[in-house]
Amino acid sequence: MCSYITEKAEIFGSAKGAGGWSNVTAAHVYFDHPFHASLDHALSIDFMSGDTTRKVAVEMSAESARALVASILAALETGEKEHA
Amino acid sequence: MSYRGMIAEIVTITGNKGEKVEAYYARPSGPGPFPGVVLIHHMPGWDDWTMEAVRKLAHQGFACISHHLYHRFGPGTPDDLAAKARSAGGVYDDEVVGDVKGAMDFLRAQPGSNGKVGMIGFCSGGRHTFLAACRLDGVDAAVDCWGGNVVVDDPTQLTVQRPVAPIDLTDGLKAPLLGLFGNEDKNPSPAQVDTLEAMLKACGKTYEFHRYDGAGHAFFAAERPAYRVEQANDGWQKVYAFYRRHLA
Repeated sequence: MCSYITEKAEIFGSAKGAGGWSNVTAAHVYFDHPFHASLDHALSIDFMSGDTTRKVAVEMSAESARALVASILAALETGEKEHA
Repeated sequence: MSYRGMIAEIVTITGNKGEKVEAYYARPSGPGPFPGVVLIHHMPGWDDWTMEAVRKLAHQGFACISHHLYHRFGPGTPDDLAAKARSAGGVYDDEVVGDVKGAMDFLRAQPGSNGKVGMIGFCSGGRHTFLAACRLDGVDAAVDCWGGNVVVDDPTQLTVQRPVAPIDLTDGLKAPLLGLFGNEDKNPSPAQVDTLEAMLKACGKTYEFHRYDGAGHAFFAAERPAYRVEQANDGWQKVYAFYRRHLA
């Protein structure tokens, strides 16, 4: 869609990419043409260290992204209950 | 006629404000003379498909160059630089035009050049093609493949990087324009293509639009579901014929 629309979230955590583990401080999220996935549009997440260094990138279908969101929320709910 | 032998390599051109810009350059082997084409890559970046398209045009007898629009965000791999460019809100229109001018100058300076230079761009590169063709002298033929945001319906979409809707520059267009569009595309929508066509008519410009049923955005992209073989094959033939008319 060539929209340039990017949602940015500050995060605290780590990610493992080709260079091993590193801290990540932000996630850039957008729905547009992917670079690699065989999709016309993909939900893409770039896990960033600082504002410009991309540590891990993922591209997935809209359906996959919604399933991932549901899984994240479900894992948080059950996990937080377990560890409360 | 096709040219089976070609030379393809990475070269450095002088872009906007004298900046050095990496570019992929392929031309038929032999002395020429060959017309030149500047190919402006799509928003996902300076990727493998871009290189394939450059070679495709070289195979058809054109000296084709595609510079890396996101070079200012480097160093890095093309996909990382595309992500950086997106995060920063995209490239500045002035820089795009300056870099295209550098690519055109490079082509005309080659010993095998016939002196003619066309442009082609895909997706955001289609917008860049229309923009540059309206702002630059010396463009002999321009091809806009489904360029989005040439028509800007919502003025809040104008940004510091893209401060003007290219349609507002139509009066400056000097080159004949070929436009290829999918009727299932949303950006540009068929209504936006109508608006652009009306402006070209009102300004008395030479243009040729082809609108394909059963195709949406990026229907040349053979590695994606958007690919439409029949429409893509016809579209490429339209491109070759257009260039052979105007760049010979």
